[in-house]
Amino acid sequence: MALSLAAARVRAAALTLPLVAFIGVTFLAPLGLMLARSVHEPLVADSLPDTLAMLNNWDGVALPSEDVFEVLGRELLSLHQQRSLGGVATRVNRLEAGMRSAIVRTARQLRDADPGSWREAMIAAAPIWNEPKAWRAIQRSGERYTLRHFLHALDLERDTAGNVVAQPPDQRIYLSLLGRTLMVSVVITVICLILGYPVAYLIANSPPSRSNLLLLLVLVPFWTSLLVRTTSWIVLLQNQGVINDLLVAVGLTTEEGRIPMIYNMTGTLVAMTQILLPFMVLPLYAVMRTIAPSQMRAAAALGASFPQAFIRVYWPQTLPGIAAGSLLVFILSIGYYITPALVGGRTGQLISNLIAYHMQQSLNWGLAAALGAILLVCVVLLFLLFNRLVGVERMRFT
Amino acid sequence: MTSKTATFSFGDRLARWLHLAFCAAVFVFLIAPMLVVIPLSFNAEPYFTFSEGMLALDADAYSLRWYRSVVEDEEWRLALTNSLFIGLAAAAIATILGVLAALGLASPAMPGRALVTGLLISPMITPIIISAAGMFFFYSNLGLSQTHLSLILAHAALGTPFVVITVTATLAGFDRNLTRAAASLGAGPFAAFRRIQLPLIAPGVIAGALFAFAASFDEVVTVLFLGGLEQRTIPRQMWAGIREQISPEILAVATFLVAFVLVLLGVVEYLRKRGGQSPVGQ
Repeated sequence: MALSLAAARVRAAALTLPLVAFIGVTFLAPLGLMLARSVHEPLVADSLPDTLAMLNNWDGVALPSEDVFEVLGRELLSLHQQRSLGGVATRVNRLEAGMRSAIVRTARQLRDADPGSWREAMIAAAPIWNEPKAWRAIQRSGERYTLRHFLHALDLERDTAGNVVAQPPDQRIYLSLLGRTLMVSVVITVICLILGYPVAYLIANSPPSRSNLLLLLVLVPFWTSLLVRTTSWIVLLQNQGVINDLLVAVGLTTEEGRIPMIYNMTGTLVAMTQILLPFMVLPLYAVMRTIAPSQMRAAAALGASFPQAFIRVYWPQTLPGIAAGSLLVFILSIGYYITPALVGGRTGQLISNLIAYHMQQSLNWGLAAALGAILLVCVVLLFLLFNRLVGVERMRFT
Repeated sequence: MTSKTATFSFGDRLARWLHLAFCAAVFVFLIAPMLVVIPLSFNAEPYFTFSEGMLALDADAYSLRWYRSVVEDEEWRLALTNSLFIGLAAAAIATILGVLAALGLASPAMPGRALVTGLLISPMITPIIISAAGMFFFYSNLGLSQTHLSLILAHAALGTPFVVITVTATLAGFDRNLTRAAASLGAGPFAAFRRIQLPLIAPGVIAGALFAFAASFDEVVTVLFLGGLEQRTIPRQMWAGIREQISPEILAVATFLVAFVLVLLGVVEYLRKRGGQSPVGQ
């Protein structure tokens, strides 16, 4: 008997193994490698090994000696010849503005001449080499393992003494964006609950033929392409769109007074609410249809008014559905990308859009990875809560 | 006593009408945006709003020109081919691996079920931008970015949770005595699976496969990160259309996609009736 149990365990595990291996290779490994970039940035360390070794003994205050200038000059020259200077210059520049052009200019001017004094030649090419902050930027960007992307993602940085301090006020953008994303997610979740609860109640308490039809009205948008639904909102809400045309036609607003309802936060909120509403209605409906209507009739027969019966009998039994729907909508909201990117304009962007910006435009992949890691931690914590309260196996509508 | 149990007091009726009106408004909010797109896709003018002729139901204000230009456009045709090819291949991989895993997860002897389930459905809960960024680096390092293969593998990974969840749910209602009976009658484990278990869980398997296909068919972010011009899919073309040159062609494609969903849901509903339990809407 013990043997056959062991055999059953092995067989069950073996059945899951192909998918575990597949997800491990095609999903978890890429995810892990991406997140590792938030703390691991070896490019500068690999490109300027000799300079960084010499800077190990530097006091961080006085200007480094002529030997250090020479070693850095030679390393920059050879990077320039290998055409791999740009990446290094960009990374150093993230720690000290102006270093990109300084490095490129220095390498270009050193190229033809073998200077008598490297120090003088480099300072002549870019005066910033005369300042210790340039060398600190080289030293710090050469850290192979670093927490600076996480600090940056939390609007923090290290000052010259190495203490963690807040970024200058004009550069603090990430915490407020994270806060805005959480706030938007809360608002969307609450609106979805307010809109979705009565609808789920109606579907659950209709006769079967009608409830199937009403359920279809939820399922059709649920399964309709996100891009289709986002396009519909553009058609409806844009300045020359259907709703503004209607408002002008009935005289509620003038041709000049068309209301900007899209390419801003309003667009993000309206479109995301409509897109996520089925995720609220379906779990609520799943719970409500298990509540026998006779319970409410019994409460009424015992003298409870409808509000009393609802609050004491019905509502408490729907709490699991509320938890499931709310957590689901919230989890999906904080990671939302497509809709804000298409209808959010400048003010309606969320944290995912900033991650995409750093992936595709600024190419600051370390920062993108740090922001992604913070977002992922939020999502995973919420999902663990969801799993504890609701259970994955109950997510049958997907 | 009688006054409290009477169901048709004025207050009750008012509350009931308010409830119905509220729900009607919510249904309009859910459905109307898609319904507006359909007539506009027949607009004879290159605008996204109703012309006076359309409102007057003038037949000349309507035309099939946007449908014609989509059908005649090389790029849209390539996009449809790509979407179907990538979607079918990804759904096939996701279904085979997902069904096997669900069979393991549904076994009472499965060790570490919670952890394995969590890992297997992680592609569904991870924000798509993070998944796509990770895959971008991964497939670039392998030299596979801008290939159909990378998109098929990516979409298969994103689609497996749908198969795992749907099939696991179907298996929960499966009577294990049936496979034992088959075994006692001399069937090997594979024969018992193929002849007894698979036919009974088939509705769940097909629904899971459809969902995996639909997930791939609607996916745009990994296509943005992994795909090149040769891998453009329908959602990718729509994305470009919305962002770059907005043309009513998109509305024609959108109408086609809404029709596609109605067919898909019809199939699922048919399976539900046949299989006796719903993989959706529960």
